[in-house]
Formats: sequence, C-alpha cells, structure tokens
Amino acid sequence: MSAGSVQAAAGTTPDVTGVTGVARAPWRSPLAVVGVTIIAGWLVLAAVAPWVAPSDPLAQDAAILQAPSGAHWFGTDELGRDVLSRVLHGARISLPLAFVLVAASTLIGSVVGAVAGFFGRWVDSVAMRLADLVFAFPGIILALAIAAALGPQLRNAVIAVVIVSWPGYARLVRSLVLAARTSQYVVSSRLLGASGLRTLFVDVRPNIAGPVLVMSALDIGNAVLLLSGLSFLGLGAQPPTPEWGAMVAAGSQNFDRWWVGLFPGLAILTVVLAFNFVGDTLRDVLDPRTARALRE
Amino acid sequence: MSSADSALPVPVGRPRTRASRRDLWRFLAKRLAAGVVLCIGITLVSFVLTQLVPGDPAAANLGNRAVEDPAAVAAFRAQYGLDKPLPVQYGVYLGKLVRGDLGESQQSHRTVKADLAEYIPATFELALFAIVLSLVVGVTLGVVAAVFRDRWPDQVLRVVSLAGVSMPTFWIALLAFFVFFYKLGWLPGGGRLGPALTPPPRTTGMFTVDAALAGQWSVLGSALEHLVLPGLVLATYTVGMLLRFTRASMLEILGNDYVRAARAKGLPERVVVVRHVLRPALISIITVAGLAFGSLLSGTVLVETIYSWPGLGQYAYTSAKNLDLPAIMGVSVVVAAVYIAINLLVDLLYGVIDPRIRLS
Repeated sequence: MSAGSVQAAAGTTPDVTGVTGVARAPWRSPLAVVGVTIIAGWLVLAAVAPWVAPSDPLAQDAAILQAPSGAHWFGTDELGRDVLSRVLHGARISLPLAFVLVAASTLIGSVVGAVAGFFGRWVDSVAMRLADLVFAFPGIILALAIAAALGPQLRNAVIAVVIVSWPGYARLVRSLVLAARTSQYVVSSRLLGASGLRTLFVDVRPNIAGPVLVMSALDIGNAVLLLSGLSFLGLGAQPPTPEWGAMVAAGSQNFDRWWVGLFPGLAILTVVLAFNFVGDTLRDVLDPRTARALRE
Repeated sequence: MSSADSALPVPVGRPRTRASRRDLWRFLAKRLAAGVVLCIGITLVSFVLTQLVPGDPAAANLGNRAVEDPAAVAAFRAQYGLDKPLPVQYGVYLGKLVRGDLGESQQSHRTVKADLAEYIPATFELALFAIVLSLVVGVTLGVVAAVFRDRWPDQVLRVVSLAGVSMPTFWIALLAFFVFFYKLGWLPGGGRLGPALTPPPRTTGMFTVDAALAGQWSVLGSALEHLVLPGLVLATYTVGMLLRFTRASMLEILGNDYVRAARAKGLPERVVVVRHVLRPALISIITVAGLAFGSLLSGTVLVETIYSWPGLGQYAYTSAKNLDLPAIMGVSVVVAAVYIAINLLVDLLYGVIDPRIRLS
C-alpha cells in the first residue's frame, strides 16, 4: 500500500500524511540509507572523539608534517599535531553547528515568511524586499562582508551564514502560506473565531512542514560548505580550533604535504554528501513535480 | 500540422505585433527600474554593514605606530571622509556612485574603479569558461540521466551530480593543484599567463580574447592553459547543479501526452528527446544557469585565492580581510549589479525560447 499512498500524498498538496510518508519511504532508497548511516557514524564519532582520538587535538608533541604512518594514521600537521585526532574533534564543531545554522535559518525564515504571507500588505512588501536584497548578493560575497565586518570569529561566521540563508525559507514559507490562506480549512477556522496567529500556528503550520523540512535537509550541506569556506578564508574558526575548513587552509599553506588538507576535506565532503543523499531522497518523496514524473 | 511537428515553431523569427513589442518594452523598463532600486538598496546594505561594525578602518590600514598618533588617525579619517556624519557619508558616496566614482581603495591607494576595471575581466573570463563548460557537460549528462531513468547510467550520474554539489570548492581546488600542477606538472598552478610572457594589448581585458585579436597565438595558448585548472574546479559545483536540474525538468516533460503522441507517430527517439523534450526543458534550465552564474561568482572567492588569479574574488577577499570599506562596497555593488543584469537577461531569454511567456 505504501508506495502508492506516499505518492498519492505527495501528488496532492502536502499535508500531514505527506509527513508520515517522509518517515517511511526514504528507507527504500539505498542513497538515503547510505546517507543516514554516514551521518549516524559521524555523530557517534563526534560523541566519542575524546576517547577514541589517539591524542589531544591541540598537543604539539610529534615531529611536524610527518606522512601518514602506523603511529599517525593521517600524518601530522605543520605544528606536529595528529591530523586524525583533529579531524575527529572537528566533527564536534562542524556537526552541531550545521544543525544550529539550519535550525536558526529555518526558524527565522519561516516566521518572517509566514507573517508576510498571512498578513500581507506592508509587512509582506518589507519582508520580501529585504529577502530580495539578500538574494541580490551571491552568497559568499555577502557572508564574507558580514563576517569580515563583525570580526573574524566562528560565532560571527555563523551569524553571517544565517543572514545569507534565511530568505530562501522566507520565500518558500510565504508561497505555501499564500496558497493555504484561501483554503477551506483556514477559512473555516477563521469563521469559528480563531485568531490569525492561532490559525497560522495550529492549522497552517502542520500543512507546510513537509516542504520546509525538505528544504532544510537539502540546505544543511550548503550551510556546512559555506561555513567551512569562511573558515578556510580565515574569517571563521581561528587557530588552534580543529575546524575542518581551517585545517584545509593549513593544508594549502603546505600543499606538498597532501595529508594535511586531504583528510579534513574528505570529512567535509562525506558529511555534506550524506546530508545531500538524504535531502535528495526526501525531495523525491515530497515534491509533487518529481513524484509525478516518477509515477509515469 | 505535420510540418509544425517535424520542426517546432521557431519563435525568434516570428513577426511580432506592435502591441506585443510595446508590452515587451514596458516589461523591460519595469524590470530595469526594479533593478536600479535593488542596486540602491544594496549600496545601503553594504554601507550600513561596513559602518555599524566594531572594526576600525584606521586601525586596519595604518601601522601600529601611526594608530598611537591621534594626528595621523585624524588625518586618515579626514582624507577618507570618515569624520563626517553617517548620512552625509552615504549621500556623498551615492552622489559619487552616480558619476561612476567608487572612491579610493585604502589598500591599493588607487581608485576602486581602476581596481575593478583590472580585476573584473579576469573573473569574467574565468566564470564564462566555467559556465560554458558546465552547461555543455551538465545538460548533456542530465539528458543522458533522464533518458536512462532508473537504469544504471542514471544511478551513477545521480551520485556524480550529488558529489559535484557536495564538494568543498576550496578543497578540490587544492587537490587539483597538488595532482595536476605539483605531481604531474601537466598544467600551470596559478596566475593568468606564463612568467616569460607579457599580457596582450588590452581591448577587453580578457587575455584569451585579446591575444586572439592581436594574433599572439603563444600568449593565447598560455592563457587557455592557465584557465583550465581553476575553470574545471569552479565548474564541479555547477555541473552537478545543472545535471540534477536538467534531469528533473526532462522527466517532468517526458510524461506529457504530446511526447507520447510524437513517439506514437514514429518519430525517432533522438528527435523526440531533443526537439520535444529538451527544448521546453531549456526554459527552466536557463533560470538555473542564471543562478549557477551567481554561484560561480561566489566560487571565485575560494578558487582565485588558491590559484592566485588576480580577479574580483581575490580582491573581495583581501579587501574584506583588511576592512577596506570603499573596495568592499564597490565589489558588492558591482557583483550585485551583474547578478541583477543576468537575471534580467534570463527573463528575456524566456521570451525567445517560449513565445507563451513574453510578459510577466
């Protein structure tokens, strides 16, 4: 029953059944399984890093720039720190931040988009012009200017990425709310005397959750890339923090010692790829356009 | 009927009525006006941004000794107008902007306009190379994926495209540099020309074009060689993006009744795919190509710093790092204006490809 019902749910306007479809269908896709496994693996590694890492990520107690060997599987960096330990500890920075970034952008964007779409008029114009403004900049140029202006710090880089990312959610949520606003259930709710905010939160919210979830899942990868890019440019995490982007930057200083930059970059790639595997599958399940194409 | 089927009606050469042309101009004017308003908004954003921040441009640009000296700081502030009230500073900036004066870079001590004039062609050349490459490769592979839907080529290409968009640009740039320049020595690792060559006489500022115009073939060869590595790296993300998108929009159209009709009529599959499916799919692909160009401009910040490509990306990075306010604002305004112009161009291309969408 499920394959048909999932697609039927995805084919109509996304609703609560669409959300249950998300929970079930992705397990049929090998890509999503691989993605979830990789993410779970990284989460476990992040949790146990202090115990499994061969040495302290900040300890400079080995010879510098040693090639990978039995003692140092990923070699050592320009200060004689164990690259493997730093990559493992890097997961404790990049993964939580990835979730924080996307949660913050989703929250801000959804609230702005919902309010703009539901109340319309000048609120709508102001919010959407603001979103247009952010969209007028290619992402990293604005993030770069913000991060540089606030000062090179991991916290400021996070703020910069959130400022660059929220408008995407605002636009999506606004269009969904606009579509829902004239629907029967919203009109009925208002006729029963529910306030605008109550209708928005109780009746509209569950009905737009699916697409927003997909967008968040697809966006996590981009957020990780943008944040590590800022760190790579020296505008995010500062030394000696074992952040993956900053570690690749150290690798570019010693480009002939490939292991310094290769492994942290691989870590970023696997995390982003895993999130994109999951997000892509979720979209296939939920996006009516792709779902229709698949049904053919 | 049959003639219309074997060759899809070509909208480009279609005679337009006077009314539709007037509508087109009105649409253009509206979009242009919106673009100008957006540009003014952008100057405001970058101005507010660079003003309300804790960073002190005097501290960033004067040496440690000079910052201790109040007279030097005051002179610096007076020289760049930093001692005036903010609205006045912004008004002065806008007034100059209208006349094409973007101020003077505190870093290079040249006008921002001169800096930009030098760096923009370099980035444009690189981005153009990358976007053409990504369109050719991405759209071709996307068509292949759609045609082989759910069979092994499609599965492989799905992973390829996801890998493309998941690759940290700066990392793949570093790896490509290591492998193709350092280890194999196949390609140059940085700059725009070999060390022994002088740039061709400047016409467009793009070395490949200028060299071809001047007939300097060795310079052209060297310039092309230097484009390959950064161009390929820059294209990894956009190839993945365009591949995914081409496949999706092809699949959406493949389900249409008219495609089934074309097949039933016995048209060769190649004709069905190219004329009846790819052509309508191109509309959405072009939108995404516009977006892709924006992400290429972003990518240049990361790629240019690694390949010491003297372009806008590297300039944006160094000026942001040194809190060079006029330069940051100049880059933001120019890049945003280019981006807006590209989106306008995309809207116009719609009209050329699909006669149904000629107006907003």
